[in-house]
Amino acid sequence: MLFHNLSFQLSPGDVLQIEGRNGAGKTTLLRIIAGLSSHARGDIFWNDLPLASAYADFRLASFFLGHKPGVKMDLSPLENMHWRLQLKNIQPVESLLCEALEQVGLYGYEDIPCSHLSAGQLRRVTFACLIASKAKLWILDEPFTAIDIDGVAWLESLIDEHATNGGMVLITSHQPLSDRKGNLRKLKLEDFAGDALEVFDGDY
Amino acid sequence: MATTEQQSMRGGAACLALIKRDLTLAFRSPGQIVNPMAFFLMVASLFPLGIAPDRDVLSQLAPGIIWIGALLSVLMSLDSLFKSDQDDGSLDQLLMSPHPLPLLVLAKVFSHWLTSGFCLTIMAPLLAIMLHLPADAILPLFVTLLLGTPVLSLAGAIGAALTVRIQRGGVLLTLLSLPLYIPVLIFATGAVNAAAESLPWNGHLLWLSVFLLLGLCLAPLAAAGALRVINE
Repeated sequence: MLFHNLSFQLSPGDVLQIEGRNGAGKTTLLRIIAGLSSHARGDIFWNDLPLASAYADFRLASFFLGHKPGVKMDLSPLENMHWRLQLKNIQPVESLLCEALEQVGLYGYEDIPCSHLSAGQLRRVTFACLIASKAKLWILDEPFTAIDIDGVAWLESLIDEHATNGGMVLITSHQPLSDRKGNLRKLKLEDFAGDALEVFDGDY
Repeated sequence: MATTEQQSMRGGAACLALIKRDLTLAFRSPGQIVNPMAFFLMVASLFPLGIAPDRDVLSQLAPGIIWIGALLSVLMSLDSLFKSDQDDGSLDQLLMSPHPLPLLVLAKVFSHWLTSGFCLTIMAPLLAIMLHLPADAILPLFVTLLLGTPVLSLAGAIGAALTVRIQRGGVLLTLLSLPLYIPVLIFATGAVNAAAESLPWNGHLLWLSVFLLLGLCLAPLAAAGALRVINE
């Protein structure tokens, strides 16, 4: 058992940073919240509805960024964005996609196969999908991996901006996040370690 | 919030996007399409050398050779069906899509069939001529492959979904899929053999259609369920 008695609520504008040593269960927690794993007891609510009955809404409004970028190596960043967004029910508009790619610093790389890009650039393709997805809830698992110093600052400001615009962010990171807007909360998984019941309350 | 009708229409768009993606990927690395076809050709051209280049013997064996060749080459290509998505994290994105997972699985299976079973079906009449299959039996062979190879892809998808987390799960995938393939093989070769002897063959064909319908309805559900459970 990784954690128990865990309960939190996210409202628009909240950024929740989940902290814990390696193996504490940060990724597990995020996958449980994202509905990718059900190795947990407890309840998750989305808009006051149990997650199980609101999956379609929840998946429409959330974006999951895992350890792997979820990008096809043989496709270009633009082609990758096309299929990623269409799976999310968004009709891709070329100009918006290019804008998002420019924002993540991949201007000029739109049509280059992703196998020619570096690990950090692949992450940036995912961030471009994140920006273009217009999702309300961002579930980011170690988003700073392989990102350069400028990129880290940029990503922090992106998260800040998202929160200011009424978005919600769940993030795991060892990076201390700069708390500019004052709505950053931290959740230390060590505080909940033990072997009892798990309860989640991810409400919005 | 979009209405339900609009949502389901976009579900179709998501499927089309997925099919387009998988076909683009297949054409960018042509081995995916060429390998099963090359294997199929090899099987069909080695048999005459191994047995006897005798017209009567070959025409009798031809339906079996062609069908077993097609079955094995589909089986070989199934391993990467979900594994490539699992390796690069795309599978999580499929699982996190608001669209029904069985629908997306069906889209993936369809593009797999287009790049494997369909190409083999197109190729089969040529091999049939090579193996001296009677002319009357060539159309039945083509039709059985057209109906049967999608079943191979559908049934194999269940195995591919169950073995998605196993490195080198090829053997297990084969063991899981083969029992489901055997009825298809029996009825398909039965139809071709019957046609070669000028007997009615539509009964076998109806059975193959039943398998296809069953596969279309049940296999995506089973494969989607397996993907969810395995990915926990």
